[in-house]
Amino acid sequence: MNEPIIDPLLAAEPAATFESDAQLIPRDSVAGRALVVVIAIMTFLACLTAGAALLVADGSRGWRSEVLRDATIQVKAGPGDNIDSLVAKAVSIASQAKGVESVHAYSKAESERLLEPWLGSGLDLSQLPIPRLIVVRLRGQRPEDLAALRAALASAAPQANLDDHRIWAERIGTMADAVVVLAAALFALMILAMGTAIGFATRGAMAGNREIVEVLHLVGASDRFIAREFQTHFRRLGLRGSMIGGLAAMAFFAAASFLSFLWAHSPGGDEIAAMFGSFALGPYGYVALALVCAAVTLLTGLLSREIALRHLRTLT
Amino acid sequence: MDDGWHLFGNTVKAALSGQPSPSPGIALLRFENVGLRYGMGPEVVGDLNFSIAPQSFQFLTGPSGAGKTTLMRLMLLALRPTRGTVRVFGRDAAVLTKDDLTALRRRIGVVFQDFRLLDHLTTYENVALPLRAMGREESGYRAEVIELLRWVGLGDRMDAPPPVLSGGEKQRAAIARALIVRPELLLADEPTGNVDPGLARRLLRLFVELHRLGTAVVIATHDLQLMDQFGFARRLVVGDGKLTIFDGSPS
Repeated sequence: MNEPIIDPLLAAEPAATFESDAQLIPRDSVAGRALVVVIAIMTFLACLTAGAALLVADGSRGWRSEVLRDATIQVKAGPGDNIDSLVAKAVSIASQAKGVESVHAYSKAESERLLEPWLGSGLDLSQLPIPRLIVVRLRGQRPEDLAALRAALASAAPQANLDDHRIWAERIGTMADAVVVLAAALFALMILAMGTAIGFATRGAMAGNREIVEVLHLVGASDRFIAREFQTHFRRLGLRGSMIGGLAAMAFFAAASFLSFLWAHSPGGDEIAAMFGSFALGPYGYVALALVCAAVTLLTGLLSREIALRHLRTLT
Repeated sequence: MDDGWHLFGNTVKAALSGQPSPSPGIALLRFENVGLRYGMGPEVVGDLNFSIAPQSFQFLTGPSGAGKTTLMRLMLLALRPTRGTVRVFGRDAAVLTKDDLTALRRRIGVVFQDFRLLDHLTTYENVALPLRAMGREESGYRAEVIELLRWVGLGDRMDAPPPVLSGGEKQRAAIARALIVRPELLLADEPTGNVDPGLARRLLRLFVELHRLGTAVVIATHDLQLMDQFGFARRLVVGDGKLTIFDGSPS
């Protein structure tokens, strides 16, 4: 038998192309695809929750600063008081007060018009002691300016009462905070559900690839090496899933922002705008969503590595 | 040598002969009163007393079902004995940590009866697997792997995944994977079971060559004819769960 084992032709440099980071865990499997779908959906929902929380928090911050930049002086005339002179006095005190940008007193007709939605039109309201309102626009939110104004009014015109909207702003704040806390809880639940799904998938993959794990052990691979392979495998699945979910969520917010722009000033649009602002997430909002996706990817890898390591430790 | 495998690559030869030589006098494997039973059943193998010396060559034989594969798995530390002591490179296998086990396995090459190549990797990647598992960079071992693949005649099959290889090609890929780490001990389970007699003899010549280069070789086979051609080899014969040793004739 003189047959040459190595053909001289084969001695030439082979045209082989090598994948230096070839996956030791087979890339495509039904379970893998299912996990990508679960991660995509969960990331989408988590991004929606995070985005909505950001919008509400933003909206309430804008709202509160707007509300707190105004204060209202309510002038209630007692018996025998001349309400117009009381209003004029209050306006002059407010105009001279420190930190006040502008002062606008509602006229009698304007005050009556404010009551129209409740009392209807065509009524003679002259007999009712309707209080008059003065809107004071402040330059900033300095409590000491307001305190000084309140004191000045109390001494010069006790019939005038200053409302700084603080209670109202606090209620809005509480509501917005509640929405944000709820969103954070939902977010945490989604991450927990996703983690559980990843755990199941990792255990499934370890059972499905038992042969590969055994061969790796027998050729001298350490548990850490094998766990790292599972980590790489699942991080890739996580990246694919979170990219799909994250991009879908970003597209959703972009579309919502566009639609809210189109619907601006329609009655429904105004209500939505009151709650979520203009639906514009802003660049940092999109950065936050991208961070959610990155976190999901990292979490997927780290979690599966941890589970794989634990599983390998139980093997003898 | 008149049959194949005479065109050994010089690099491979140099690499294999340059392997760390084990400390003289310490057996690579030593079995003392080893027995194994599954659950409450009878002992599958028992009273095993033997050792594998450095740079030795032996066949492990016996009728089918006598316990050859079980004994191979015990030697591989893939099974733990229910009694007795197994010493690997001088260390008691019973007290090894997982990290120790990993380190020792890197000094043992294994050829499985069913090859156990990973079907989703190419032949090249399969052969490179032990080096990759050791954490080595691909650029550092590529030439070594290509050289070895050419040496076993798979130079043109590097890119092929195992499912498209013939039985003999898979066999050689499995052997290359066992050799790539330059093991001090090579365990081969029925390495000639799936190939024609001509290729079987050539594969055995390859093992003999390895042995000459300094590797201790244990080949499990039940092919008596084949063993007769290598009369110098020691024979470990398993029968009825017991082991009998016949020393080979001087070569």
